[in-house]
Formats: sequence, C-alpha cells, structure tokens
Amino acid sequence: MESNRLYNLLVPIISVLLGLLFGAIIMLLFGYNPITGYVALWNGAFGDLYFAGETIVKVTPYILSGLAVAFAFRTGLFNIGVEGQVFVGWLASVWVGTALQLPMIIHLPLAILAAAVAGGLWGFVPGFLKAKFGVHEVIVSIMMNYIALYTCNAIIRNVLTDSADKTDRIAETASLSSPWLTELTFSRLHYGILIALLGAFLMWFILEKTTKGYELRSVGFNQHASQYAGMNVKSNIVLSFIISGGFAGVAGAMQGLGTFQFMSVHSGFTNIGFDGIAVALLGGNTAIGSVLAAFLFGTLKVGALNMPSAGVPEELVDIVVALIIFFVASGYIIRWVLNRMQKEGK
Amino acid sequence: MDYVIEMLNIRKEFPGIVANNNVNLQVKPGEIHALLGENGAGKSTLMNVLFGLYQPEQGEIKVKGETVNITNPNVANELGIGMVHQHFMLVDTFTVTENIILGMEPTKKGTVNVAKAEKEVKEISERYGLKVDPSAKIQDISVGMQQRVEILKTLYRGADILIFDEPTAVLTPQEISELMDIMGTLVKEGKSIILITHKLKEIMEVCDRCTVIRKGEGIGTVNVADTSTNELASLMVGREVSFETEKRPAEPKDDVLTIQNLQVKDARQINMVKGLNLQVRAGEIVGIAGVDGNGQSELIEAIAGLRNVESGSITLNGKEITNLSPRKVTESGVAHIPQDRHKYGLVLDFPIGENMVLQTYYQQPYSKKGVLRYKEIYKKAKSLIEEFDVRTPNEYTLARSLSGGNQQKAIIGRELDRSPDLLIAAQPTRGLDVGAIEFIHQRLIEARDSGKAVLLLSFELDEIMNVSDRIAVMFDGQVVANVLPHETTEQELGLLMAGSKRKVGEQ
Repeated sequence: MESNRLYNLLVPIISVLLGLLFGAIIMLLFGYNPITGYVALWNGAFGDLYFAGETIVKVTPYILSGLAVAFAFRTGLFNIGVEGQVFVGWLASVWVGTALQLPMIIHLPLAILAAAVAGGLWGFVPGFLKAKFGVHEVIVSIMMNYIALYTCNAIIRNVLTDSADKTDRIAETASLSSPWLTELTFSRLHYGILIALLGAFLMWFILEKTTKGYELRSVGFNQHASQYAGMNVKSNIVLSFIISGGFAGVAGAMQGLGTFQFMSVHSGFTNIGFDGIAVALLGGNTAIGSVLAAFLFGTLKVGALNMPSAGVPEELVDIVVALIIFFVASGYIIRWVLNRMQKEGK
Repeated sequence: MDYVIEMLNIRKEFPGIVANNNVNLQVKPGEIHALLGENGAGKSTLMNVLFGLYQPEQGEIKVKGETVNITNPNVANELGIGMVHQHFMLVDTFTVTENIILGMEPTKKGTVNVAKAEKEVKEISERYGLKVDPSAKIQDISVGMQQRVEILKTLYRGADILIFDEPTAVLTPQEISELMDIMGTLVKEGKSIILITHKLKEIMEVCDRCTVIRKGEGIGTVNVADTSTNELASLMVGREVSFETEKRPAEPKDDVLTIQNLQVKDARQINMVKGLNLQVRAGEIVGIAGVDGNGQSELIEAIAGLRNVESGSITLNGKEITNLSPRKVTESGVAHIPQDRHKYGLVLDFPIGENMVLQTYYQQPYSKKGVLRYKEIYKKAKSLIEEFDVRTPNEYTLARSLSGGNQQKAIIGRELDRSPDLLIAAQPTRGLDVGAIEFIHQRLIEARDSGKAVLLLSFELDEIMNVSDRIAVMFDGQVVANVLPHETTEQELGLLMAGSKRKVGEQ
C-alpha cells in the first residue's frame, strides 16, 4: 500500500524530469545551450513579479479544465468536450458581465454561476444522450466543441455587438481583477486563482465525502454493481457530465471575468479544454494532482515565451511539454523499471 | 532418481503475510500428484515459485535430482516444466498451430513454416489422444478444446512435468471426464502431473498422491488409495467437515414471497419466464433446481427489480413489489446474493469496507445530510468482517485483492446484516472450497431458523438436496414440480429438470 503511494508520487516526478532531460538533449542536438534555455524558461515564469503573475493567470483556467476532465474520468466518463464548455462558460460570464448593472456582491457570483450553468448545460447534452440512448460521449462532446465555437462567434457578432469581433468590456462589478494585484505585479493577475483552488476543494469534497460522490465513483467503477445496489446509473452519468461541464464553464469565466474582461471572436480552439485532458492525466485524476499539474503546464507555457531571448526557439518548449506528457502516458514503463530496480535491490 | 520435482522447506513471504512456510512437495515420475488447499492457502504461490515467477526466501528446489535456481519462467521451460493456466493465454483470432508456436516459430527463409509446425502439432496431438484440429481458429472451438491447446503448447515446448491450475473450473462434466482420460494418457507416456485443485472428487478419481497446504503451511502428503474424501477435507480445512448439512426440520410460517403468473423477457426480448407461480414462506429454504437457461436468472433479476416484469405479480408480505426499482425492493426487505459476485456483488476497486454499505450508504448512521461518515462505515465493516470471518489484512483492502470465498462471505455478511425478510441466494457457493461452502450453508440455515424466507438458486444438485426444505423444479420458464428433498432422488430431479412429467400417483 505504502509503496503504491510512493509510486503514484514518483512516476509523475520522474516523467517530468525525463521530459526535461530529453528536451535538453534535443536542444543540444540543434546546437542550443540547454542550461541557458532552461534558465530563460525559469526566469520567464518566475523571474519577477510580472512573470509570476502571468504564470498564475495561465494556471487558473488549467486547474479548472483539468478538474472538469478528472471529475468525469473518476466516474468512468471521458469528457472531451471541455473545450466547448469553456467557450460557452466564457460567453455566459461576459454576457452577464456586460448586460447587467448590479452591485458586485451579486453581479460577480451571478456571472460565475452563469458560466457554470452554461458549461453544465453543454455537458448535459452528451451525458443525456449517453444515458438515454447509449451514444458514445466522446463523439457527441467533440461535436459539441465545434457547435460551441461557432455559436459563440455568431452570438458575439450578431447579438452582443453589431458585427464587431469582440464584446464590450464587462462591468467593474463583475470583474475578478483587482487594482491592488495589478499595481503589485503589473500583470493581468486576478482573484480567479482562489476560485480555481476552491473548485479543487469542491471536487475533492464531492467525490470523497458525499453520498453523491460515493455513487458517482461506484458507477464509474462498476455500473452493474451500482444498479444492483439501487443507484440510478443513468442519472449519475448525466449528473457527472453536468458537474464536469460546470467546472469547465467556470474555467471560461476565468478568461472572461479575469484575464481578458471581454470575449473576442475565435478562429479556432483555445486549447484550454484539450490541455485539461493532459493536466488531469498528469495529476492522476485527483483534485490536488490537477492543481499541481496545472501549475507545471502554466509554468512551461508562460516561461516558453521567454526562451527566444536565450536564442532557443519557442517551439522547442512545445516539444518538451509533449515529451513530458509522453512519459506520463507511458508511466507503465517507469513503473516497470522501478519494479525491476526494487527486485534487484533485494 | 526417486523424484522429478522436489521442493523442500519452501518459505515465501510477501509484505505482512507468509504465503508459504515449511512446504514440501515431492513428485514421483509418472504420477498425478494433487496439490490440495482452500482458496488462498498458498497453492498458486508455491507453483509460481516452481515456475520461476517468485523467488523463495528459504528452501531448495531439485529437478530430476539436481538443485536448481529457477529465476524466471524461461528457466522453468528449459527444465521441462510447463504450466496449463486456469485462464487461457490464447490469441482468439489465431489458429491452434499459430498459438502453439507463438514465440518459437519454426522458420523457412525468414517466413513462418506453418506446414511443418502443423505436422508436428498433429503428431503430438495424436500421440496423447488430444484430438485437436491444428488449423481451427481458437474463437471457433470449445473451452475444453482451448484447454487442450494449452496442454499442447506445453508439450510442444518439450515439457515433461505439467502443472494444471484448477483445470476443471471452466469445464462441463463431460469435458471433465475427457480431461481425466487425457491426464491418464499423459502419465502413461511418461509425463508427470501436478494438479492444483480443491475438488476432492477429482483427486480420488485420478490422483496417486496428494500434498495438502493449509494457510500457507505444508500439512503433509498422503497416498490417495489409503485415504477418503472426509480425511482429505479435514486435512485441508483443519477440522472435521460435514458434507451432510445438519439442520432441524423447517417450521414454515406465513407466505413471504408470492409470485403469480409471472412473465419476464430477457435482453433479447425472448420470453424466459412463462407464467410462473412460486411461494416462499418465512422459515423455509426453497431451492430452485433446473438446467441453466430455463429462466432462473430472469426470475431472480425480476424479483430484485433488475429486470422488467411483463405481467403477473410479485408480492412481499402481501405488498406488491412488481417492477419497483432495485432500491425500493431492497428497502422493502429483500436481500440478494447475486450470481456473479464480481459483476454485481461488489465494486472491486472500492475498499472492502466501502463495499459493506453499498445499499445503505445514504442512510443513518453511514451518512448525515449527504455527507459520508467513514468512521461509522468502517466500524460497521470491521464488525461484519469479524462476524463473518472475512479473511483480509484490514477493512481498507480493495475488494479485488480478496479471495473468492472471502468476497462471498463479505457479501453474505452485508446482505444478512440488513435483516431482510427474504434472502435470495443465487449460486452462493460457486467456485468456493469445501470450508467456505460449509460456512455459507450454515449461514443460510441460520437465516432460515431466524424466520427469514430463503430462495436458493443452484445448479449443484448436491447443494439443492442438502440445503433446501422444499425444491421447486424449473423447466422452460415455469415451476414444473414442487418436491421435498427426502422424498426424491437426484435421478428423479434430473428427469424433472429435463422436462419429463411426473407420473401420476408417485407423490
């Protein structure tokens, strides 16, 4: 049991280190100095308060999209529609943020809630179709991504504005940003990180502490036994997708109410949702794991922007990130090597 | 050379548990040697040590008189040790020959020489009377035939010591007797066989000698000719085992379960239960006898609320429970030991403790206002584990890592703890050893004596005859006869199960 827990910790750490190592080898092969490259990466992520702030800005939606994927995974479902749920959440939050005039204590929670509801509704569709007709959730949720992307674009152009390519700024009363944080870091840092951490706590609490979470986990492991035990398998599938979509919607709100304060027309996906799959995977589908993995992803993505200053092309960082995911996905190999070493050590 | 295999003073430890201690196994050339023990006694561990999957902490292994160090299965193969696994390791879409040569394909100019291999496989197959078609695909042949392919695989690799891991668990009675013949042929041709089993009848039938392991300890070796099933059973379990279940006569009271004119369809929308009538009274065990596939599973699923009832009625203590949800059925006082404990009975990836509240987690004291109270859950789990003698390191162990018998004890504990009015026990002893079977039968009878109605479904006639107070024979979706165990014979039951009518005046 104990060695299991140790492995669960060791495997992601070794994966990350191997990813960095292979990234270094690739930098060397192409004639760049990996040390200056990684130093630039580090500085780009944490070098001063501005960079640290931007890193956290990047991390915030990753945490929530990671939670969305992880939550569905834990209940035996693959929500690949997080991307679309982020879009509708973003739009809903901006819509409430621009259209209404309310005191902050109502306006801000309402905007976040709207995002959660929109994401939840978007999640409801694949969940309902799966429960009712057995349609595979992956296919439906992928298609829902495209519907979300183009619906949001159409609404921004035709409903929220008059053919403009972005919405108005949201009202101050719906904003997550704070003058204090802005002055401190000069970055776009906002209070969203607190909401993301609260989300992680919420996921942990729901799954591990509540009777509903017990049902969701049970359905995820064994639908037959859950049905035998009197649980409603279908309604649990739908509920799981709604909650998952809700997390994703709030990830969108982080963009709309925090980072950007508006929503622009998108020509393609933001990848927040798709990266959430990797975040959840790296974090072992747990709440705390998703938080840590999101920090790693955010750090790499933001730090990468600084790597060209050391002469290393930005694309290399994408290669390093890809290598890390590769090693996590092939965690079995690392486990096998660890097992082997342990056996021979005896 | 006195022995082909000698395992002396073997000790194997796993973290927190001694799986084998002081175990001796000596196999003579040309004999069928049984390795007997309860589920979880350490038989498989010992064989995995011999096969090189585990290294022993202590002890010596000799093959054909020479001390050897078997560090991995390849070494075992080279020493002529072959294993016929309980779960077959075959590629379904490959032919018999392709499966047999997998990993050591004979080649001709870089391509696999299937013709040559096929000829060799055919030769071996004929020599040992296996009658396997080398060019048939695995997916097209029966389970019994697939097992023979596994045997062929070891023979093709030159094994002369064959380990059979509970080979009869997956076979029909007909296939079992054929396998016994094959084992006879194998030893006649000079092979030696180790048969891992907990079925005493098989040992008495084909084995020469028998080594017994109990809770990891080597108990000793006996000549099968000088022993009896009773002695073997008590050696294995460590106490006297009664095959005849002792019980007082039933004192049935009011009707608990009443089924009238029930019609149920299966998943393919075919009528499986066709106008069935059945009563089970408080304080009696009604056994359902019948050949598998005559509507028994559908009947039980219908009572438990897992399958829709087309027409007819099911009442419990006079209250209608037809087509209620499984939860409502459970809450109205039905407990159910499901046929397939892995699929329905347990969430294998939950700790055994959390499995103990699978139907009650939403009730006090296990949760309050929707929040689980793990302290109460595990307190209950701990007391049930003790009361029902579930052998597990602790209540936090995953259900998956318990042996079948202990999983079943956990399920029975959980179901009886709700003090139901009706207990449905569907094949409650399938795959279990005699010790666990005896335990479970006693618990069923205790439940009856405490005034519960028990509905027992079993395909083992022994079990039906021993445990039931009344037998309902099911054939083609109906109860075709109600008989009393002491007034009938297995022969008569067999005829009734096959659909022949009872002669008038016989009752």
